[in-house]
Amino acid sequence: MSEAVSTVTETEPAPTRARKRQSSVLFDAPGPKARMRHNILTLISAIVILAIIYVVIARLDKEGQLQGRLWKPFIKGSTWSDYIFPGIGGTLKAALAGAVLALLFGVVFGLGRMSDHRWVRIPAGAVVEFFRAIPLLILIFFVFSGPPTIANALNREFPQVTAFTALVISLMLYNGSVLAEIFRAGINAVPRGQSEAAYAIGLRKSGVMRLILIPQATTAMMPAIVSQLVVLLKDSALGWIISYEDLLNTGYRQIPTQYGNLIPAAIVIALIYIAMNLALSYLATWLEKRSRRSRKTSAKVLATTPGAGMSGGIMPAP
Amino acid sequence: MNWNVLLDFSPLADNSDKLLSAFWATIRISVTVGILSLVIGTLITAMRVSPIRVLRVAGAFYVNTLRNTPLTLVLLFCSLGLSDTLKFRISGTPSINFFWLAVFGMSVYTAAFVAESLRAGINTVPMGQAEAARAIGLTFTQSLRMVIMPQAFRSVIAPLGSVMIAMIKNTTVVLVASYYEAASLMKDMFEQYGATLPIFIGFAVGFMCLTLPTGFFFNWLAKRMAVVR
Repeated sequence: MSEAVSTVTETEPAPTRARKRQSSVLFDAPGPKARMRHNILTLISAIVILAIIYVVIARLDKEGQLQGRLWKPFIKGSTWSDYIFPGIGGTLKAALAGAVLALLFGVVFGLGRMSDHRWVRIPAGAVVEFFRAIPLLILIFFVFSGPPTIANALNREFPQVTAFTALVISLMLYNGSVLAEIFRAGINAVPRGQSEAAYAIGLRKSGVMRLILIPQATTAMMPAIVSQLVVLLKDSALGWIISYEDLLNTGYRQIPTQYGNLIPAAIVIALIYIAMNLALSYLATWLEKRSRRSRKTSAKVLATTPGAGMSGGIMPAP
Repeated sequence: MNWNVLLDFSPLADNSDKLLSAFWATIRISVTVGILSLVIGTLITAMRVSPIRVLRVAGAFYVNTLRNTPLTLVLLFCSLGLSDTLKFRISGTPSINFFWLAVFGMSVYTAAFVAESLRAGINTVPMGQAEAARAIGLTFTQSLRMVIMPQAFRSVIAPLGSVMIAMIKNTTVVLVASYYEAASLMKDMFEQYGATLPIFIGFAVGFMCLTLPTGFFFNWLAKRMAVVR
């Protein structure tokens, strides 16, 4: 775990102007010759990038994707009020419910995994490792169609699981397990001296946890939690596969069916997703900066891991 | 009472040949995507740390766009958008075409995460290392090749392992790009036999057989290659 949470070092404060120019550990501040070379390379790369953009636009034009007719739906109010806003609502509803439940699940199983009792620790660890190791999609399939089949076979009545319930429960199990590991790492990141001191002044186990460890760990793991919530928001798009009415479904299935504008719809929907996720990511960065400044914790901040933005690629515990 | 839904593993045994070929399809796409995403990711990282501003901006744009778009949308765009609407076909045979479209979508998506990990790795090399390299008279290429890159690559092995595990799990989403692999087979078996617990367990264990060894391998490699500081 410790390798996976390596902190991204900030560029050091620059004492001189020459140091300021240097943007990376990789290269020196350029002299006159290097600057000339950089200018030429800038020109070449700009031409290459423009050429790529040209090829894409030419291709879109050739297939008639740039016609105003296809883009017009997106400046009509009804498209937004009938499709896009309900879609965003559906996405946010699933993501929010999933996030709240996942946080609860994470707290319960994260703490359970650190329990002193073996009969709590081992089952909690098994649950967390299982749900972390399997793809979210097959979990969604099973939660969606498993319970009715099983109840049926056991001669019990069981109402159909809705797409929303299936999605939220799967998001909870999967992201909750990842969050459980984050919580555990956060608590472990608090130096041992803190809990030893707490025991020394006579606090009990629950007191040490509640008054000493959790407050310090929360500050340290806030950025990692928020970046996992970005993953959760993105993963909610898997609802498409079980026909949940989220942004992807209303924007990329219903709008194109009506107007036949698949490419424009994809671009608009992607932009909305990017905006939502960037907003959350900025929150994570801001929290990280804030907690790095804070003197309230002695724990090392769990930086947002580079791999964490992808649906939960945290390493299995060694 | 019919306990078959909880205990009967025979659908898995009956379809063992299909099961193997579906997981083989998963392995095939994982390996292809793994290699391609490492290549694209390295290129994007090179752009992001280069002294040329235009390339840095383009690299950052690429990473931020793909990192924040759901994979489902990326893959749907590849199958419905690129292939069906823009007539961008890699091969005339549908199965080969969809394989490469899925590989393309997965690779460009995963590459963004690879690039992010690699860049973080370069950032973990202390400034002093580069300064010391320059002080003893190494040229730019020499210090890059002999001092900075070896340390950077070693420190990103573990994060790259995480990205690769996530990628293997994400290959299930290529279902939406019409490529047939393990998750598609599970869906079909659910339709045929009903969604029983043993089928789910079987596929879950199948995926664990792919992800856990990958994780252990990268952990082992990261420990072995760790830079002592």
